[in-house]
Amino acid sequence: MTSAITNKTTGPRNIFFVLLTTLKGMASRPSGVVGLVLVAFHIVLAITSPAIVPYDFKEMTVQKILKAPSAEHWFGTDVLGRDVLTRTMLGGQQALFVTSIAAVIAVTWGGLLGVLLGLVGGRFDDLLMRVVDAFLAIPWILFLLLIIAMVGTGSIVLIPTLAFFYGIPVIRIVRAATHDVVARDFVTAARARGESRSTLVRRELFPNILDVLLVEGAMRWSWMLLSFSSLSFLGFGVTPPTADWGLMISDSRAFMSIAPWTALAPITALSSLIIGLNLSADALAKTLGVDRAQKAPV
Amino acid sequence: MFILIIRRVLLGLLTLLLVSGIVFVTVEALPGDPCTAYLGRMAQGQRLENCRQNFDLDTPALTRYISWAIGTLHGDFGISLKRNKSISSIVIPRLRNTLLLGFAASVIGIPISILLGIVAGLWRDRPVDLWVSSTAIFAMTIPEFVSATLLILIFSIWLGWFPGIVTTRPDAPLFEFLSDILLPIIVLALVMAAHILRMVRTSVIDVMASDYVEMARLKGVPYWRMVFRHVLPNALLPTINLVALTIGWLLGGVVVIEVVFNYPGLGRLMVDAVSDRDLAMVQIIALILAAIYVTLNLLADLLVLFANPRLRTMRTQVRP
Amino acid sequence: MDNPLIEIINLSIGFNSQSGDTLQILNNIDLSFGRGQTIGLVGESGSGKSTLALAMMGYLKTGLRLVEGTLLFHGRDVFSMNGRTLENIRGGDIALIPQNAGQSLTPTMRVGNQIAEAVKLHTSLPKDQWRDRVIELLLQVRLPEPKTLLSRYPHELSGGQQQRVAIAMALAGEPDVLLLDEPTTGLDVTTQVHILELLRDIAAETGMAMVYVSHDLGAISRVSDRVAVMYAGELVLEGTTRQVMRKPAHPYARGLLLSIPRLREAVVPTSMPGRPPPPGGTGPGCAFADRCPLVESRCREERPELVPTANQETVRCHFHERVGHLPPPDPPKRPDRQSLIDTDTILQLDDLAISYAKPGIFDQILGRLPRVTPTVDMVDLAVHRGETIGLVGESGSGKTTILRTIAGLWGPQNGTIVYHGSEILDTLVAVRPKDLLRRIQLIFQNPDASLNPRHTVAEILALPLKLYFDLSDEELRERTVALLEQVRLGKHYLDRLPSQLSGGEKQRVAVARAFAAEPELILCDEITSALDVSVQAALLDLLINLQAVRETTYIFVSHDLAVVRVLADRVAVLYLGRICEIGPADRVYTPPFHPYTEILLGAILEPDPDAKPTIAAEDIVELSPPAEGCPFQHRCPRRIGEICDHEIPPWRPARADHSIRCHISMCDLGAM
Repeated sequence: MTSAITNKTTGPRNIFFVLLTTLKGMASRPSGVVGLVLVAFHIVLAITSPAIVPYDFKEMTVQKILKAPSAEHWFGTDVLGRDVLTRTMLGGQQALFVTSIAAVIAVTWGGLLGVLLGLVGGRFDDLLMRVVDAFLAIPWILFLLLIIAMVGTGSIVLIPTLAFFYGIPVIRIVRAATHDVVARDFVTAARARGESRSTLVRRELFPNILDVLLVEGAMRWSWMLLSFSSLSFLGFGVTPPTADWGLMISDSRAFMSIAPWTALAPITALSSLIIGLNLSADALAKTLGVDRAQKAPV
Repeated sequence: MFILIIRRVLLGLLTLLLVSGIVFVTVEALPGDPCTAYLGRMAQGQRLENCRQNFDLDTPALTRYISWAIGTLHGDFGISLKRNKSISSIVIPRLRNTLLLGFAASVIGIPISILLGIVAGLWRDRPVDLWVSSTAIFAMTIPEFVSATLLILIFSIWLGWFPGIVTTRPDAPLFEFLSDILLPIIVLALVMAAHILRMVRTSVIDVMASDYVEMARLKGVPYWRMVFRHVLPNALLPTINLVALTIGWLLGGVVVIEVVFNYPGLGRLMVDAVSDRDLAMVQIIALILAAIYVTLNLLADLLVLFANPRLRTMRTQVRP
Repeated sequence: MDNPLIEIINLSIGFNSQSGDTLQILNNIDLSFGRGQTIGLVGESGSGKSTLALAMMGYLKTGLRLVEGTLLFHGRDVFSMNGRTLENIRGGDIALIPQNAGQSLTPTMRVGNQIAEAVKLHTSLPKDQWRDRVIELLLQVRLPEPKTLLSRYPHELSGGQQQRVAIAMALAGEPDVLLLDEPTTGLDVTTQVHILELLRDIAAETGMAMVYVSHDLGAISRVSDRVAVMYAGELVLEGTTRQVMRKPAHPYARGLLLSIPRLREAVVPTSMPGRPPPPGGTGPGCAFADRCPLVESRCREERPELVPTANQETVRCHFHERVGHLPPPDPPKRPDRQSLIDTDTILQLDDLAISYAKPGIFDQILGRLPRVTPTVDMVDLAVHRGETIGLVGESGSGKTTILRTIAGLWGPQNGTIVYHGSEILDTLVAVRPKDLLRRIQLIFQNPDASLNPRHTVAEILALPLKLYFDLSDEELRERTVALLEQVRLGKHYLDRLPSQLSGGEKQRVAVARAFAAEPELILCDEITSALDVSVQAALLDLLINLQAVRETTYIFVSHDLAVVRVLADRVAVLYLGRICEIGPADRVYTPPFHPYTEILLGAILEPDPDAKPTIAAEDIVELSPPAEGCPFQHRCPRRIGEICDHEIPPWRPARADHSIRCHISMCDLGAM
C-alpha cells in the first residue's frame, strides 16, 4: 500500500509536508472538495457557535411554540418555544466532541493491537482473532445499549465505549495490512541486517501502514457519528436540554405534520456533516491509494 | 471438503459460545448488577435481597453463566423484571415480527441492489452509474432514523399513503403487519442496498479490468456472453460474504427503525428493556440477534465453499 | 510480398498525457508478413512490442488511441471494423497466446469449457462434437490424460500446463495468424524448450503465420524466420533471423546482442550506456542517438527513415553500412581472478539439511521434528575468500533456501554452517552478534520490493550505516555519497524515492546498501533476473569491479546459466535441494557432465539460429525430492537402473576439484 501522492514528490519529508500534499491531493477531486468544505464548515461551526448564536438554546417562551420560520427566528421555534436555528448550530458540538476523541482512541488502540497481532502471529493471534470475530458478530447498537443499560450514558460512558467497539474492526484491517507489508522484501532485508524490533516497526512498517490508519480513522469517525446520533435519537445520548441533532429529530417526530422545520433543520445539518465526512474519507482513500473495496460496514 | 464444512460449523458454534460469554461478561464486568440497575434508587433493603435471591446473584459468576446458558438452550429465558412474565413469552412473538421485517427487506433489497451494482459497474462513469452511486452514498451515510423520518414526512404526512406509526398488537397474526411494514422495508432496503451496491460495483469493475476478461475479449467472446459467463461468476463470489455481513448489520438498523415506526419487534423491545434496565431481557435479545448473525455468516461461508472452485478443489492442486 | 496476411502501414499509436499532449508508444511502424512465416518482435520493456502485437487484432489497451496509419488484415483495415467483425476475427482468424496463462484463464470455468467456448464461437462444429474436438486439441499440445484434464480448473494446473491450454484455446479457431506475447516468461528453462519445440512443430504442420513477441533473443532465434527489432516505439531493424543475429545492421541490435552473456567464455558482456527515452521523449533526431557509438550531429537533427539494405533487411539508421565495420568491443578489463582468491575458507557448509515443514500436532507432543524429506539435504560447500560461487538450478532447487539459511532467516534442520573456522552460524538473526550480521549481507531479486517505498535513497543507505557504525552526521552524509558514486549514481539521487528510479537504478541502490555494511560475504538472490538484458550487463560489470576493490566474496544464485558463467569462479548445480555437480566454472560447463547439468546446458537458447537445443528430460514438474536414492531418478535420461532409485549416488571426483554425484562412472560420463 503505497501512497500515490507522497511517493511521487520530493521535498522536505516532514509530517507537515506530507499532510499538505495529501490535502492538496484530496482537493483535486470533486468529492474531496465537497467533503473537506463540509467537514471544515461543521468543525468551525461547532467551535464558534456559542459565540454567535442569536438566542439562548434553553430559553423557552411559551407564546412562541412551533412558530414557522420568520425574520425573527430564521428556522422557526420548536415545541418548547426554543429557537431552532440556535439549537441547530449548537447541535453538533457534543457529537463532534465525543466522536472525534473516540475515533482517535479507536484507531490508536486498534492499530497497535493490529500491528502486534500481525507481527506476533501464532496461537495468541489465532485466539484473539476468534474473539474479535465474536465481537464483530454483535451488532453495534446492541453492544452500546447493553452497556448503557448497565451504567447509564453521557460522554464519560460513550467515549470509551465507542472507542472500544469501533476499534475492533480496525484490528482486523491493520493486522491484514501488517501481514502485507511484512511479507515484502524490504522488511526481510531489514530483518536480515539485524535491525531491532522497534526499528523495524517504527521505520519500516509504520510509514507503510499510516495510509490505512488515516483512512480507517476517517471512516470510524463517520460511523461513530452515525451511532452517536442514533443513540441520541433513542434517548440514550445526551441529556436534555442539551441541543443535539439526534435528540432534536426525535423530539420533532410528534409534530412533524404541523412543524416540519423542527425536523428538517437538524436533518440537514446532520446529513451534511456525515456525507461530508464520508466523501472526505473516500477522497482520502483514493488519494492515498488505499484499497477499500473489501471493507464491510461496521 | 467435508472436513472444511465441519470445521466451519464448529467455528460458528464456538463464535456463538464466545458471544454469549461476551454478553454475560459485559454485564458482570460493569458496575452494578441486574438488581441494582433495575431498582435504581430503590436498590436497598429487603427489595434488594429478594431480587438478589431471585436471580441467584450470590452464587459465583461461572455457575450462573452455565445455568443461564443451559437454560437459554432449552428456551427458558428467565423472567422479565419489569413485566413479571417469562421472557420467552414476550420475546417470541416479537422475534417473529422482526424476522418478517428483516426477511422482507432482504428479499426486496438484495436482488435489486445486486442488479443495480452490476449495472453501475458495467456502465461505469456513465450517467446511470453516477446517479446510482450518488444515491447509494446518500442512502448509506445518512442514519436510518433520518431517512425513516424523512420518508414518514413525505409519504405519511404529506402524501398520506402509508401509516407512519404501527398500531397492530405484537402477537397479532402475521398478515396484519403487511401494510405496516412497507415504509420500514423501504428504509431498511435502501441502506442495505447501498452497501451491497457499492461492493458489487467495485467487484465488477475489478473483474472487468482483469487479465482473464481481457483474454475473453481477445478470444472474440461477445460482450454479453462475457458478462454472464466470465465476469459475473467472479464478481459475485465475494458478495456472498458481504450479503451476510450486511444482513447482520441490518439487525442493528432494525432497532432504530422499529422505534421510529413503533413496530412491535425485537428491536423496540430491546430499547424499552434498556430504558427499564431490565437486564435479563437485554441479554437475551442481544444473544438472539447475535445468533442470527452468526448463523447467516455460517450459511454464507458454506455457500462460498460450494461456489468457489478454488476452495472446492483445495486437495487436488498441482502447483508448479 | 504478394498476399500478405498482415500489412502495417505507417502505424502510430499514442496516449494523452496529463498535460494534454499526445505521447506516442508506437511511431510509424511499417511491417508485413504472410502465410507460413514466423516473425519475431524483439525489444526491451517499453519498446512497444506488445502494443504492436495486440494492435494486429485491432485491440488497444484503455487510454491508447490510433494516431495515424493503417493496419490491414487480409486487406481490411482493423481499426475501422465494427464490434461484430472484430469478435469474429479475434480468436477465429487471428488468435492470441497470452503472457501469463495462469492469469488469463477464467478461474471459475473449467479448462475444457474455455477451450470449447473457442470452438463454439469460431467453428461450425455441432455441439455434440465439441468435446471430441477439445480432446483432439489437448492432444495436439501434448497434454497427458486429456479426458480428466478438461474438467479441471485453471488453478489446478502447473504453469507449463496452463500455457499449453492457452495454446490449445488459440488453435481451436484454426487461425491464420498466432500472436504470442512472451509465452514462456516465468516458465522453467526445460519447460520453455518443450513449449518452443511444440510451437515450431505446430507452425510447420499448419502453415500458420506466427508473431512471437519477446525480449529473449535466444527464444526468438529458435522459432522465427524473420526478426523485427524495436526500440522506443520504432521499428529499427527487420530481416532474416540469421542476418539479424549474425550481422545486425543497426547499432542498437548490435549493442543488444553484445550485452547478452554467453556460455562459451566468462566474458563480461558489454553494456550500452544510458537508457531508452520515455514515450514522447525523443527529440527531432534518432531515438538511439544518445547511446549510439556511431552518433554524429546529423543523427540528432534528422530522424532516419526505414531503408532497405543489400541483405534484404530494412533498417532505420543513417550510417547502417558502418555498423558491420565496428570493431568488436574490448571486453571490460577483468581483474586477474586468481590473485584475488584466497585459499582461506571463510564459509563452510557441512552436510546441511533444511526443511520447511512445520511440526504437526503429534510432532509437537513428542518433541521431535517432522519426518519429511528435507527441502535441502547433504549440501557440502566450501567458500574461499574473494571468490564467486554460483548456485544454479531451476525453481524448487533450494538455492534461495540455502542463501536465506546462511543469512540466518531460517534455521537448518541438520548439519553445520561455519564462518571463518571459528564461529558457528547455525543460529538465527535474532541471536547473532551484530558484527557477524554486518559481515554477511543479502541482495534480493526484485528491486521494487526490496526498497522501502517510503524511504528516500539517502535514508535507505543511512540505515545500515547507522546500525553498524558510529558516525557523525557529517560522516554519514559523506559515506552515503561515496556509496552512490561507487555504484555510478550521482549525488542527486539522494532525495529520490524508489518509485522515481528505474529497475536498474533501484538494483544499484540495493547493491550500494549491501556494500554500506562493508561486508565480507554478499549473498545475491537472483539479482539480475528482474532486469532487462542491457541493464543486466551493466550491473554485472559493476559487481565485478566492486569485488576487485573491496575483496568481497559472492555467493550468486541464479537460474540463468549464462549470467552465472560471467561471474562465477566455481559453480554448484542443484536439483531439488541436492548438489549434483560442483567445480570450477569452466569445468562444469564442459563435459563430462552430470545428466542434469547436461540437460540444463542443452536447454539454453543462444541467439544463434543454427543452435539446436537438445531436449532430453520429461517436462514434469517435481515438487518434492524422493525419499531415497538420487534426486534426479524420475527424469534422468541416463538412469541405469534400480540403484538410482535406492542408493544415494557417490561423489565422483574428477580433475581439479570438480566432482559429480552420479552412479555412472566418470569414464562413462565422459564418453557420452
